[in-house]
This record gives sequence, C-alpha cells and structure tokens, in this order.
Amino acid sequence: MLALKSGRLITARNLHRNLRPIITTSQRSRQISTYNIDIAGLTEEQAEFRNAVAEFAERELAPRAAQIDKSNNFPSDVWEKLGDMGLLGITVSSKYGGLDLGYFHHTLAMEELSRASGSVALSYGAHSNLCVNQIHRHGTEAQKQKYLPDLIAGKKVGSLAMSEPGSGSDVVSMSLRADKIDGGWKLNGNKFWITNGPTASTLVVYAKTAPERGSKGITAFIIENTFEGFSTHQKLDKFGMRGSDTCELVFDNCKVPEENVLGQVNKGAGVLMSGLDLERLVLSGGPLGLAQATFDYAVEYVHDRKQFGQPVGTFQLMQGKIADMYTSINASRAYVYAVARACDRGQISRRDCAGAILYSTEKAIEVALEGMQCLGGNGYINDYPMGRILRDSRLYAVGAGTQEIRRMLIGREFNEQFKSS
Amino acid sequence: MRPSAVRLLNILVPIKRAVDYAVKIRVNPEQTGIDLNVKHSMNPFDEIAVEEAVRIRERLKDAVKSIKVVTIGPPKSAETLRTALAMGADSAVHVEIPDSAPSPEPLGVAKTLKALIERQKEGVDIVILGKQAIDDDAGQTGQMLAGLMGWSQATFASKVEVNPEQKVANITREIDGGLEELRCKLPVIITTDLRQVQLLNEPRYASLPNIMKAKKKPVEKLTAAELGVDITPRLETIKVTEPPKRVGGGKVANVDELLAKLKEAGFTGKRA
Repeated sequence: MLALKSGRLITARNLHRNLRPIITTSQRSRQISTYNIDIAGLTEEQAEFRNAVAEFAERELAPRAAQIDKSNNFPSDVWEKLGDMGLLGITVSSKYGGLDLGYFHHTLAMEELSRASGSVALSYGAHSNLCVNQIHRHGTEAQKQKYLPDLIAGKKVGSLAMSEPGSGSDVVSMSLRADKIDGGWKLNGNKFWITNGPTASTLVVYAKTAPERGSKGITAFIIENTFEGFSTHQKLDKFGMRGSDTCELVFDNCKVPEENVLGQVNKGAGVLMSGLDLERLVLSGGPLGLAQATFDYAVEYVHDRKQFGQPVGTFQLMQGKIADMYTSINASRAYVYAVARACDRGQISRRDCAGAILYSTEKAIEVALEGMQCLGGNGYINDYPMGRILRDSRLYAVGAGTQEIRRMLIGREFNEQFKSS
Repeated sequence: MRPSAVRLLNILVPIKRAVDYAVKIRVNPEQTGIDLNVKHSMNPFDEIAVEEAVRIRERLKDAVKSIKVVTIGPPKSAETLRTALAMGADSAVHVEIPDSAPSPEPLGVAKTLKALIERQKEGVDIVILGKQAIDDDAGQTGQMLAGLMGWSQATFASKVEVNPEQKVANITREIDGGLEELRCKLPVIITTDLRQVQLLNEPRYASLPNIMKAKKKPVEKLTAAELGVDITPRLETIKVTEPPKRVGGGKVANVDELLAKLKEAGFTGKRA
C-alpha cells in the first residue's frame, strides 16, 4: 500500500523558482535530536528503520501532539496511516501482512512514535503488541487469517483486557466469568483501564472459566465489539496520555463462539504472563522516547535562553542537569536495547523485561521533571510540551504493571533462585 | 535505437543527493564551499521526478516496463538511491565518485547520463529529472542532456501526460507568462518544477514494507571512467563567503539632506 502523505511541511513546497526555502525558528527547533546512533549500537539497517519511523512520526504525529492531548481523543485517521507505513505488524509474519521483524525493531518504533506523541504511541503499543502480537503468537490459523489482516492494515483497532476494577496488580484474582453454553461461552463482569477500549473492534480478553482453580482457571478469548452483550462505559478522564482512549468494558451475558478461544481453555495464565514480559519490553520504548523528547527540547532551550548576559545552559547547575538527563537516557536505552536483543535471540528473561521498563520509567519521569525545570517558568505553561511529556511519562509507573509489582517480580525471581533446596 | 511500435516504455530518473533543505548552511572555514558535515537528502525536485515516474506507471500500468534511477555521487549517495527504490523505482545505477572528488558540474553529469543512456540495450524513452538542484541551483543538466542527445525537452513541467501508442508526451510547463502546453515526441527529457499553487505532485513517503523490498532491488555500480566520460570540473571556485551583514539605514529630514548623503556615498548621478 502506498503511503501518500498529506500536509507536508509547507515551506519547501512554497519555493519560489530560484530561492532556498526560509525556515522559521519554530520549525527549525524541532530538527535537533541528540540521539546517538553509535552509542545505541544500531546497525545500518536498524538506523534506516529508525529514521523512516522518525520521519513518519515527525510529519504525521509531532505537529498534532499538543492538539491531540488537548482534545482527549485518539485521532482516528492515524490508524490507517500507521497501517500504510507498515508499523502495525512489525513482529508478525509477512503471510498476514507483517514485516517479519523482531522485538528490537518494535521497541525502536515504539520509542520514535513516543518521542513525537506519548499517547498515540501508547495506543499503538496496545494495538500492535498487546493485541496483534498475542493473536499472532497464540492464535489458530483461522483466527490469524480472520483478525490479523485488518488489524495490521489499521482498518480495525485492537485492544487487550486483563485488569478489572477489583483486580489490578492481583490480576489473577480477576472475576470476569466465562460460563460454558451451547456453541461457546457466556461472559459476565467488567474490565477496567482498557487502552483503546472505546474504539476497539477486536479485543483479547482474559476471563475465569474455572474460578475455583484460581490461576489455572483463566482462558483468553478474542472478543468482537459487535458480540451480543458487550458494551463500554464512557471514556476515562486521565491525568496524562490524553490522546489514548481508555475505558471500562462491560460484559452482560456476552456470547462468545467456541472458535474464539485463544490458546487453550484454562491455560490462559501462561498466555497472559508471557505476553506481559514482551509487553513490558516493547513498552519500555515509550519512556525512552518521552525522555529523549523532553531532553532535546530542554537542551536547545537552555542555549537559547539568556540571563545575566549568557545562555542559562552555561551555568554549572544547568550543566549538571544536562549531564544527568543525558546519562540517564543513555543508560536506560542501553539496558532496554540489550534486553530487546536478547529477546530476539530467544532469551526472554522475566526479570530483565520487568527491569527494563522499571528502570526506563523511573528515569523518564525524573528526566521529564528536570526537563520542565530547565524551562523555568515557561515549563509550567501548557504552550510548551514539557507538561504533556511529564504527564504522559507518569503512566508508565502504573501501566503494564506498577513499579512496585515490577520490583516484587524481580526480587521474587532472585528469591526463587536462591531458595535453599 | 528506433523503438518499435509495441515496445514498452523505459523511464530513467537521474537524482542527486544534496544538503537537506532544512539545514542552516554555513560557509566552511577554508572559504571553499559550505560545511558538508550536515544532513543530506534527495534533492526535492528530484523527489518530484521519482514520484512522477511512479505515477506515470500507475496511470499507464503495463505500458511502462522499467523505472531506473541513477545518481553520480560519493558512496553515501547509495542511501538516496535506496529511497528512490523504496518509492517505487525498479533498479538503480550508482556512478560512484570518491568522497574527496569535487561535485560534478551539469555538463559532466549530462555527458555521463548520455553515456549511460547509450548503454541501455532496451533504450530509454523518458528521462525525468528535477529542474535544478538546491545546492548549486544550476538548472542546466536537463537542457544540456537534451542538446547532447538531440531529444525533445520540456522543462519546468507542471503536468505530464504520456501517450505510449502515439509515442508522444503532452506536457504543461510553467513559464513567466503563464502555462505553456507542449506535445513532445518520445524520447523526451522532462525537468520537474514546483508550482506555487498547483504542484506537479506531492512525493510519497516510503513505507517500511517498501523500504525493506527496496533492499532486494538491483543497484549497478559504475565509474565515470568505465562510461568513458571525463567529469573533471571546468570551473574553479575561488572563494565562497557569506553575504555581508545588513547594516541599518538612517532617516533623513528633507531632500537636501538626502542629496548630501547620496553625494557622500559617491552617487553623483553622472554617467561614469
């Protein structure tokens, strides 16, 4: 599919016959990025991939990011643009229209989209990894043929639902019931904090098919939003990620056909947990992008802004801030990329996937706070992106598991390892 | 090289890797040129040319046999060729020059293109390229090539319609007085323009699947020597400087003061 662009940067297209275009300062300020390809260790092919995504994000998302945040709406035209660009099926086989690439590429894409708009990237992550990747990994051939092409083209929106009003960190305690009926299952209960919930037509939903068996009684289902008994409550009004639509799902005797069981009955916990590892890895790109965005903006600002006769960036305390932000970003990135490469080699480590998002989230929030501080009073004004980036970064401390759960997981893994036999 | 009535069209698109339009350019310390350690990309007019070639194929479908892109440049120019391949070209030719070599001049480029065209066993029916490059703004290559080949040319094209059965191209070009419509017999050289109100086209951006497919498309490497062309520049750049900084003006109280200031500045109003 051809990606015909719209609304390309206007100055180049208004060229007089023999003049170079005159770029205004506000446009030029967005050209600088301090991302270091050498330190990131990207191969030429990976750098090319990243550049292509970065250019896409720069022209399609970055100019709209502030408006998307203000509107509290995911811009629906973006799904097909992402699809045309090939971004929605990065880890999926080309048989279904995907790119046959790995988690490293997916993380790179997540990072670059997040750098332009944190909330669009979050919805993108939920669609392309939580939903699409799970169907790709666990679906039957029939399920993959039925659902993947439209999801990858961006014609349908995907989502995943495990959390409930009463089951967040303790996700295995979920109480959405799935009772056997003739020809399939009947679902009753609710899901909460579901990204893309308001607009998704294809949802991977976890329910208790055998509540008495606890974690061994969970099954994953593929739900279509047109199923009888499925509905959503109104969109949640969130602190940040305000371009990513989130809501509660309601199942009231929702009828699901037998062929929509994803994986095996009562074996859903494995699907859920292994999915979470990869979800945490790919979403780690989110905080990286946000941190990079705020740093790029701040470091340029502190060299433009002059006080006491010199750019504020030359004062030692500000130099310190620049150094701390820069090193935090690069350290986070090094860890995330290392984990991503390992996953692509088949070495998926639960503690490191959790560690990657734990660390990059913590640093991103710190960097976002510091980035806002670098702008002084202006950082506090919503005409500047610092506030939005900070609000967006906070999500990662609770989305895809809380920081506390991630810490608990890593500690517990070590406890298991050192348990005296 | 006379094409037969049923022959399919072969399109050649020469492109150039130039300093990106958004870069703030600076004169280098030696004052021999500009600092080239900056972002480069495909010359925007050439992007339009690639896009137009791909659109011609979309309109004419099977009547277009091949779209080949060519660039004359250092090793890094390969990136520009890959972008064009990702936009829809089928194959590429890279006439490689060393990093240290000076940028070839339009006449050198035109001669190289002529040699390349003559090498194409299946012939070339349309050469479409940007009207000028945004680094030197020479605007000569297309016209020189037409002269060397003895082919028809339509420069500053704002609309192109190819009729393969009649072997002609109807081209609208932008001239100072308005729009001129030309009918050119194939083979033809077309240079693309960027019109204020109505663009020839808006170049597509390469999607990831196309970028990946482009890696498998063939890129032929040649040198100017292999083509038997001497691309040594004929011009020597003596010095490059920034334009002098604007100095402020001043206000005068009356005409007498104006005359006095003009005399001071050396304007006597008499013929030299």
